[in-house]
Amino acid sequence: MSTIAVTLGTDRARRLRAALTVLLAAAVAVGAPFYFAPFQVFQLTMVLLYAVALAGLNLLVGFGGQISLGHGAFFAAGAYTSAVMLDRYDTGHLATLPVAAAGCFLLGLALGVPALRLRGLYLALVTLSLAVFLPPLLKRLEPVTGGSMGLIVDKPQPPAWSGLAEDQWTYFVVLAVTAVALLLARNLLRSRVGRALRAVRDDESAAEVMGVRLSLHKTLAFAWSAMFAGVAGCLYTWVIGFVSPDSFSFVLSVTLLAGLVVGGLASLYGPLLGAAFVTYVPSVSQDLSEAAPGVVFGLLIIAVMFVAPTGLAGLPGRVPVAVARRLSDVAARRPSGVSAVLHRTPPAASAPGPESPSRPGTRASEPLTPADPETVGAPPRTEKE
Amino acid sequence: MHKTTALRAAAAATAALLTATACSTQRGQDAPDTAAGGACKGQHTTGITDDTIELGGIYPLSGPASAYGTISKGVAAYFEYVNDKGGIDGRKVRFIVRDDGYQPPKAVEEARRLVEQEKVFAVFQTLGTPSTAAVWDYLDKQKVPQPFVATGASVWGTDDKHPWTIGWQPNYVAEARVYAKYLTDAKPKARVAVLYQNDDFGKDLLGGFEKAVAGSGVKVVAKESYEVTDPSVSAQMASLSRSKADVLLDVTTPKFGSQALAADARNTKWNPLHIVNNVASSAAVLKPVGFEHVQGVVSATYFKDPADPHWADDPAMKTYLKAMHEHAPDTDPANQFNAYGWAVAASLHRALDSMKCPTREGLRDAVRNLKDVKVGLLLPGVTLSTGHGDAFPIETMQLMRFKGERWQLFGKPVDTRKEFGPLTN
Repeated sequence: MSTIAVTLGTDRARRLRAALTVLLAAAVAVGAPFYFAPFQVFQLTMVLLYAVALAGLNLLVGFGGQISLGHGAFFAAGAYTSAVMLDRYDTGHLATLPVAAAGCFLLGLALGVPALRLRGLYLALVTLSLAVFLPPLLKRLEPVTGGSMGLIVDKPQPPAWSGLAEDQWTYFVVLAVTAVALLLARNLLRSRVGRALRAVRDDESAAEVMGVRLSLHKTLAFAWSAMFAGVAGCLYTWVIGFVSPDSFSFVLSVTLLAGLVVGGLASLYGPLLGAAFVTYVPSVSQDLSEAAPGVVFGLLIIAVMFVAPTGLAGLPGRVPVAVARRLSDVAARRPSGVSAVLHRTPPAASAPGPESPSRPGTRASEPLTPADPETVGAPPRTEKE
Repeated sequence: MHKTTALRAAAAATAALLTATACSTQRGQDAPDTAAGGACKGQHTTGITDDTIELGGIYPLSGPASAYGTISKGVAAYFEYVNDKGGIDGRKVRFIVRDDGYQPPKAVEEARRLVEQEKVFAVFQTLGTPSTAAVWDYLDKQKVPQPFVATGASVWGTDDKHPWTIGWQPNYVAEARVYAKYLTDAKPKARVAVLYQNDDFGKDLLGGFEKAVAGSGVKVVAKESYEVTDPSVSAQMASLSRSKADVLLDVTTPKFGSQALAADARNTKWNPLHIVNNVASSAAVLKPVGFEHVQGVVSATYFKDPADPHWADDPAMKTYLKAMHEHAPDTDPANQFNAYGWAVAASLHRALDSMKCPTREGLRDAVRNLKDVKVGLLLPGVTLSTGHGDAFPIETMQLMRFKGERWQLFGKPVDTRKEFGPLTN
């Protein structure tokens, strides 16, 4: 009896804490553009839009266990859809968003077919070719895309009633889209699709035996993920107001993947951290060394991966474990104390636990929790091929 | 228990947030600095005082085009040299270099940083057509001068919606006109084959050439394009050779320039006059082909090559080499890009000197009102001239022919303005 009461109590506290965290995050997110200088607001906007792309990539890489080096291409497709619509047809900004999203979803669905046959590094190579081949294609399609000179389009203008500056208005628009996109990604992962994806990642044969349709879910994962990248690309066009083929070199795809891994695979807020990393660290590394910012950036990536192999998002989960391990060495003489410390699970791991009484069916098909350092963002199993 | 803790925490956080917002908002509502009185009243003086001037530059220090990044060292060395001598009209220059990795979105971010955080007087040089195109709308809205961008596209001069932006080096159309003039004079019946890069650069030059030879005896009989991503241009060269043209106009970037020169050298049955454009004319391009294979190749230039012993006793070159030794010891003064940076910085110095008002508007008007301004590292006869309806500072180039182990200038500097009239869209 008492254990149930305790569980319920902690559950309520956890929910309260979650609600407060969300409120606080919302307050900070809304307050930020009134506090920071316009150029810092612009940087925050870039973080948000990269987070959308990373959240999409996370569906595929983190939860689907497939590697894509071609997401820059979907990003570019979304950006160009928006730019061409604004430039040629003078549609409103908001009208370009659903078109870019739907277009990239279909594109992802079509290109998801190789994802059925290939996996791991082979799929990475095929998608890489996509990223390499798109910029020259955009240059060739000059009548539509403006060739290598690119297209300059108008940025969304704040309506008069809002009294906001252009950068603040853009920030809020992007913030709204990002919030919806991240929520969508979260709900997607908690739905049947998400569970099926994880099952496929961990063991294809087992998943198939359980009744998961492999082809459908793998293609869908690719399509969803492409859609997120397309939405991010569309936001990019709004924020920068300029697209050119050189903006979407294959370096972008690599940067996205690096950002995701650094931020934390298979984590819900890893994409935000990864986006912040790819936005801020290059300029920080430039302050450190003007001569070779690229080298410093690379070294910082290595440093992060060394300190936090599960990404920045996994760091809060790892620190208590590491501390506990240290403590257990020190307190080896007191076995009772050790077990108490060791059982203090990191906050992320405790998440599914209290949930289980209310939703008993969830745990069976959710074999993974993000805090398990061995399996977080488990790389695709190439060695079995 | 939990509730009270959580509430307390929330209250504390909110209080902290409010305090932060109230106390020190970084979103300064400061009015832009304007000149106080006189003829310059109301003009913007952000980034310039009586004894300092802040300039920002955006270059690819990393990424695929990082070879150009060294231009910033030439520029920085010039400003340090000038600061040592008392500055520009008594103002010490602070030159802030930022890296965009040749990526337009980074260029936008860095431009905003320079304008909003560093509060620079002008964004002196952005490098490359994509990065420049990505920021010129923003700088135009902010009314920040963007003088002497490091790209040869003709759009910076023909466009009339961005008065704050202006180029510096001869644009590709002007260069094409120099070759057209040379051919109509030296080979009036020339049949020309063109190899060009399929982008704004290649098309700008090819288009300019075709327009310039229109109506003369010189005819373009074959043209082949390649993509920057192509592995080689040998297929294009083979098909051009079938045209039996007697001139080959080679509009390429360094890597493909080498390939085209090598393909031309290998093909003994076809020996056209090979004109290689300025972009691919450095010694680094010719050397791998072998100097004996590139004798007689023609190109054009506009500034003094620091590696050329011909200029060893030139006073401007001596100053340059000495200053580079002092202020940028880690870079090679013989690198043309360093000399380019030095020359463009010296040009800005002249423009700043000629400002009627020490304001952003003053600089915008000054760079569009240059009258035969001489700059030490530019070739004799090449000067900066702009004016109403002419936003191209340098439109004069001199031809050069490869002989022995280096380029030798020949003929007189060709002023394309005089020969062909002003360049319009």
